Amino acid sequence: MYEFDWSSIPGALPLLGKGLLVTLEVTLTAIVVGIGWGTLLAVARLSSNRLLSFLAAGYVNLFRSVPLVMVILWFYLIVPQALKGLFGQDIGDIRLVSALVAFALFEAAYYSEIIRAGIQSVPKGQVAAGLALGLTPGQTMRLVVLPQAFRNMIPLLLTQAIILFQDTSLVYVIGLSDFFGTAYKVGDRDGRLVELLLFAGAAYFVICFTVSRLVKHLQARFIK
Amino acid sequence: MNYNWNWSVFLTPVPSGETTYLGWLFTGLQWTVALSLSAWVIALVVGSIVGVLRTVPNRWLSSFAAVYVECFRNVPLLVQLFSWYFVLPELLPPALGNAYKQSDPLLQQFLAAMLCLGLFTAARVAEQVRAGIESLPRGQKNAGLAMGFTLAQVYRHVLLPMAFRIIVPPLTSEFLNIFKNSAVATTIGLIELSRQAQQLVDYTAQPYEAFIAVTLLYVCINVTVMFLMRRLEEKVRVPGFIGGK
Repeated sequence: MYEFDWSSIPGALPLLGKGLLVTLEVTLTAIVVGIGWGTLLAVARLSSNRLLSFLAAGYVNLFRSVPLVMVILWFYLIVPQALKGLFGQDIGDIRLVSALVAFALFEAAYYSEIIRAGIQSVPKGQVAAGLALGLTPGQTMRLVVLPQAFRNMIPLLLTQAIILFQDTSLVYVIGLSDFFGTAYKVGDRDGRLVELLLFAGAAYFVICFTVSRLVKHLQARFIK
Repeated sequence: MNYNWNWSVFLTPVPSGETTYLGWLFTGLQWTVALSLSAWVIALVVGSIVGVLRTVPNRWLSSFAAVYVECFRNVPLLVQLFSWYFVLPELLPPALGNAYKQSDPLLQQFLAAMLCLGLFTAARVAEQVRAGIESLPRGQKNAGLAMGFTLAQVYRHVLLPMAFRIIVPPLTSEFLNIFKNSAVATTIGLIELSRQAQQLVDYTAQPYEAFIAVTLLYVCINVTVMFLMRRLEEKVRVPGFIGGK
């Protein structure tokens, strides 16, 4: 029978903490940029300008039909090469930057779908009322529609954030040491992969489970 | 930027000479499709069972199903994959574990990825099945019981036929997800589609063509699945519901 030996975990905690910071950095950047850029995409997609809405739909559908692993590799292997060709400069370690960019642009596509649904759930009369009060269409969107849409969307946005938090472990494919990458490296180094993987899984579970419970509470309060 | 575009690279033979780089891409595509479809079968079967269990009036069974769903939903797919691939063989009885470790590496990778993707997606399917069953009016179940059906018969003849028809659209998006998630198998070395992209970059020095081709293949998979599922959705649509006839 396999003999567990958990002794390499306490010493690795500082390293794992550093990894967790990278995970959180990628997650938070993707949430902030993703929601910002996703809102613009959603508004563009719902706009009456045919070209704008076509471009936004193309962006969203393209990113949603390609695996995240491919997107991360695109922004690590392909895009930097093209930029280097354009600017002719040597770039140093780009793993973190390319992960940040890949996740932000990828998540924006998913957030924009949530936000679009949120905007569409606001009654039409609200827009008409805004316009009747003399607000411009832009003001109506910004001051009337979006605040209500975001209030309805909060649970979904948070659920997506939990999924995103889990998905950041995929930066493993470009060798970035996030929480999972660090756990894997430590396990590999000490020959204790089994324990480290189980520990990482348990840590993710505790974090995600707790947050998803909080989201449920929040949802219950908001629906009331 | 002076990059030499060379799309004919796909027609040149690979170093071992057996096939062309295009042949490699198609091998990758086959693995992606085989992995996704076999995992989907597991996901549907396990997901339906767990989804039904969540709604039965037995507390033990329904909390078992709830624990299953929470476990598989709150741990990243990559961690699950590594657990199946690296951890499980160690924890199995030694004879079984060793037999597994001595088998063909490709078989090991495929089995681990298939189980992982299947059981991971099963948790999501289970949630949809549960939602489908719960969306039916309570009267349906009570009417079935009042007619003298056993609980199993109520599920078999009354609840599930309706629930499955209602949840086809959300299942479509899970089906699409399984193809995308299959790319994670690249991390344990399975030569599926996204792995072929990286391999082509290493071998041909034509990274743009390789990545564009693989990305397009994923888009093609997506479009094909959506087309087929739309046909299915039209067929099974329930009259009288939103989106029904």
